[in-house]
Amino acid sequence: MSTITETKIEADPNVPIIRLTREFAGTPEQLFRAHTDPKLFAQWIGPSSLETRIAEWDARSGGSWRFVSTRDGEEHAFRGCFHEVRPDRIVQTFTYEGDPDGVALETLWFEDLGNGRTRLRTQSLVDSFESRDAWLKSGMEVGINEGYAKLEEMLADGTV
Amino acid sequence: MAADELSRIFAALADPTRRDIVTRLAAGDATVNQLAEPYQISLQAVYKHLKVLEDAAVVSRPPGPQPRPVRLEAEVFDLMDKWIERYRRQAEERYRRLDAVLAQLNETETDNDEQKGSAV
Repeated sequence: MSTITETKIEADPNVPIIRLTREFAGTPEQLFRAHTDPKLFAQWIGPSSLETRIAEWDARSGGSWRFVSTRDGEEHAFRGCFHEVRPDRIVQTFTYEGDPDGVALETLWFEDLGNGRTRLRTQSLVDSFESRDAWLKSGMEVGINEGYAKLEEMLADGTV
Repeated sequence: MAADELSRIFAALADPTRRDIVTRLAAGDATVNQLAEPYQISLQAVYKHLKVLEDAAVVSRPPGPQPRPVRLEAEVFDLMDKWIERYRRQAEERYRRLDAVLAQLNETETDNDEQKGSAV
């Protein structure tokens, strides 16, 4: 089993950008599929306490997407456009419908590392530092403990 | 620290002049005159920026003889680091779920290859 290198984060001090970097045991083609096939995407995008339903999905340049997360009967919807979709790169917009004026421009790169491994780099650009503040804060609202429980489960059953 | 206090810190740092002031204070304490030197703005405008930073508790001006130096409150950045770290952890949890999806894909594809192999 290969060692997992944890996600690296960078909050740029000069522009309201959040960058994430993570390596995966999968080919760029598989990573691309996990981001563009709605069935696969729904399996990993939301925490297990949330049920993720893909409402719209057209993963082509110029297409759009929308998904709805439900927890305890409360729905949260997210949507955006696939600006450009190609095997090594996806450019898309991202909006939480509860805050429709907030639009993040996201770029994802799939870098082939060979031996069936891929480095995923993502960059989210928002329109102000206040907006980035709000994005960062949203990270606190999803159950952290639950995430650890899920992680322990995956470690126990050998998934990771 | 409450979320709105953190919001105030981020808002205080949203301005390029204030970010520059903070960057320079990271190198060491400085007086208001020293801080104002490189800018094409009035001393009064620099005081206004400092007031915003002080209100957000990003900097302080400990009492003492004039000119009182401005000091960066390092704990503020520890808190922001924690905040960013939580966001990172959330991303990490999401990517661990993606790991599981990729593992499934690999397994399915290996099975298919074996089936193809046995059919030949």
